[in-house]
Amino acid sequence: MATMTYRQALRDTLRDEMLRDENVFVMGEEIGVFEGSYKITEGLLKEFGPKRVRDTPIAEEGFVGAAIGAAMLGLRPVVEIMTINFSLLALDQIVNHAAKIYGMFGGQCSVPMVIRTPGGGGQQLGATHSQNVELFYSFIPGLKVLAPSTPAEASSMLRAAIRDDDPVLFLENLALYNTRGEVPDDLEPAEIGRAAVTRPGADVTIVAYSRMAHVAVEAAEKLATDGISAEIVDLRSLRPLDRETIVESVRRTGCAVVAEDDWLTYGIGAEIAATIQEGAFDHLDAPVRRVAMAEVPLPYSKPLELAALPSAESLVTAVRDTVRATGR
Amino acid sequence: MGDTKTRTPARRARTRAAQPEPETLVAYYRQMLLIRRFEERAARAYTEAKIGGYCHLNLGEEATVTGLMAALEPRDYLFTNYREHGYALARGIEARRVMAELYGRSTGVSKGWGGSMHMFDLESRMLGGYGIVGGQLPLATGAALAVNYKGGDEVVMCQMGDGTTNIGAFHESLNMAALWDLPIVFVVINNGLGMGTTVEASSAEPELYRRAAAYRMEGARVDGTDVVAVREAAHAAVERARSESKPFLLETTSPRLRGHSVVDPARYRTAEEKEALKAADPLAHFGLVLEETGVLDAEARAKLDAEVKAEVDDAAAFADDSPHPDVSTLFDYTYATPVRGESRRLPADPVF
Repeated sequence: MATMTYRQALRDTLRDEMLRDENVFVMGEEIGVFEGSYKITEGLLKEFGPKRVRDTPIAEEGFVGAAIGAAMLGLRPVVEIMTINFSLLALDQIVNHAAKIYGMFGGQCSVPMVIRTPGGGGQQLGATHSQNVELFYSFIPGLKVLAPSTPAEASSMLRAAIRDDDPVLFLENLALYNTRGEVPDDLEPAEIGRAAVTRPGADVTIVAYSRMAHVAVEAAEKLATDGISAEIVDLRSLRPLDRETIVESVRRTGCAVVAEDDWLTYGIGAEIAATIQEGAFDHLDAPVRRVAMAEVPLPYSKPLELAALPSAESLVTAVRDTVRATGR
Repeated sequence: MGDTKTRTPARRARTRAAQPEPETLVAYYRQMLLIRRFEERAARAYTEAKIGGYCHLNLGEEATVTGLMAALEPRDYLFTNYREHGYALARGIEARRVMAELYGRSTGVSKGWGGSMHMFDLESRMLGGYGIVGGQLPLATGAALAVNYKGGDEVVMCQMGDGTTNIGAFHESLNMAALWDLPIVFVVINNGLGMGTTVEASSAEPELYRRAAAYRMEGARVDGTDVVAVREAAHAAVERARSESKPFLLETTSPRLRGHSVVDPARYRTAEEKEALKAADPLAHFGLVLEETGVLDAEARAKLDAEVKAEVDDAAAFADDSPHPDVSTLFDYTYATPVRGESRRLPADPVF
C-alpha cells in the first residue's frame, strides 16, 4: 500500500502495463520529449524509447485514427488527448470508427485502445478549454467511458481499460491530478461497468462522478453536521451505466440529487434522473434534482467562472431543498 | 499504355517491366468482366429493392481496381472507401459473399452488418470499406504504423476518391505517414467528380498527385483505364514501400461510367460527355486490344462473358436464398468484451 497522487497512479500503471505487454504503447501530443502536458507520461520515453512513446503532430483526428488502425492489427495503443476539448477534433474517428468497427463488420475485428483525456473547468482556461463533454462519448454504443475519481481507481480502471478489447474513453480531470490517496500494491484490474457506494447514508442519495465525487464528499460532511445523512454513489463508469446500484440506493433513501460538472440540459444527470424515475418511482419522496454547470460558455473571469461551476455549497443547498421537499 | 507523369518509380518500372504473359492479361480481363457484370447485377437488384441503403458502383473503374489489386501480395492490407465491391471481388472474396452482403444476409462478407459501404474480410486482409469520406486514411496509416511496430514486411494500400484529398484527414494522414516513414500507398481514384462537383471546382491543385510534394512524398498519376499501367505503377509504389518503408501517393484517372450511386442519373453530364465515356469504356477497349494482339478472340470473350455471367447469377441466387441475420443476434457485436450493465433492450422494453 502506498499513498500517491492520481497523476502518479496513472503514470505507474501505464509503465506497469507497458512492461507487462509489449503491444501496449502510448502516443499523443507532447507525451515524449515534453513528458506530457500534465506529466502523466514522465520518464516513459527515456525508459521505453520512441517506438513505444510516440510524439505525434497536432492532428487529433489523424493520430486517434492511427491508434484505431494500429489496434485493428492487434496493438494496444493508449492515446493521450491533451484535454477532452480537443477530442472534438477527433470526433469522427472516435464515433464513426472506433465505436463502429466491431459491429459494422460483424464482429470480425475489435479495437482494443484507450483514449486518456482530462476534463475540467475552474482553471481560468476560458470557454474552449473548460468543457466537460464526456456525454458525447457516453451516448455512443460501442464505446466504454470510465471516470475514476481516486488514485486507486485511476490505477485499477486504467489497467482494466488497457486489457479490454473495446475502445475506452478514460476520463481524467485537471483538478484531480494532484489529489492523493492510497493505492494497494498488486491492484487487480477493476470490473468495468460497476458504480460504488463510496459513503453510506440514509436520507438522500448523491450521484456523482470524477471531480464531483470529491465535491459530494465535501457536501456530505457539511450535511452531516446538519443531521442529514447522505449516501454517495460514485458512477465510475458512464457507459455502461450501473443503473442497479443507483436505483438500489434511491430505493433506500427515497430521494436523490445528481452532481455533474457538465451542462444540465440533456446532460449525464438527465439520464440518471430518468433512470431513477423508472427504477425507483414508488420510492421517491421528492423530485430528483440536478446540480450542474451554468449553461454558458465558461468565462475567463474568476468570479464569473466560480459562479458558473457547481460547488459543495451549491450541492448542499440542493440536497437540503430536496430533503425538505420530502416532508419528512 | 498509361499516361504516367513526373518523377515516379512507376515510369522506371514501366521501362523495365516486360509485357505481361497472355494468360495474365486474360486473367485481368476476366477480373474486369466479373466486376462489370457484378455491378450491373447489383444495380438491377437495387432497382428490384433487393439491396437497400446507398449503392456505389465500380462501373468504368474495372481496370483501376484490377490493376491495383494485382499489385498487392496476399499478406498486404487494403483499406477502401465505400465504392468497394470490385475491390472485394479482386481481393479474392467470393462473389457470393459480396452479393450476400449487399442483400444484407448473414452469409455476407460482413454478416449483413455492413452493407454496400462496409465490406470487411480478415482472411483476404481487406480491412474495411468505409462510408465517411476520409475516415479510412488515419486507420490505414495506423495499420502501417502497426506493421512497422511489429517489424513486418506487409504494405498497406489505402484507396480513396478525388474529393477525399480536400478533407483534413488526408493532410493529417499523409503528413504522419511521411514523417514516420510508413509502408503505405495512398491511391486517389480520380473519376473527375465528387458526386456532381468537378475536381477543378473543389481542388485548388487539381493534379492531385502533386499534393504529395507537401510531405516530401513521391507521387504519380497513371491512366486508370489501362490495367497494365495501373498494375505497374501500383506495383512499383507497393514494392518501394515494402523495401524502403516509404509512403507513396498514386493518382489514377478513372472516369466512372454512371452516376455517383445507383440512384444518380448524372444529369450534370452532357449527352456528349456520356457518349464519350461509353466510347472510352476501358473494358471494351481492353477487349479490342486483346483481340488485335491475338490474345483473346471474340469467341473466347463471349465464352468468358457467359462464365462470368453464370458466376454473378449464382451469386445473386445464393444471396437471395441466404438467411437474414437472426434478430436474436442484435446485441452480439456491440462490444468485443461484454460487460455488466450493457443495454440489451429493444425499443419498447422498460429499462427495469
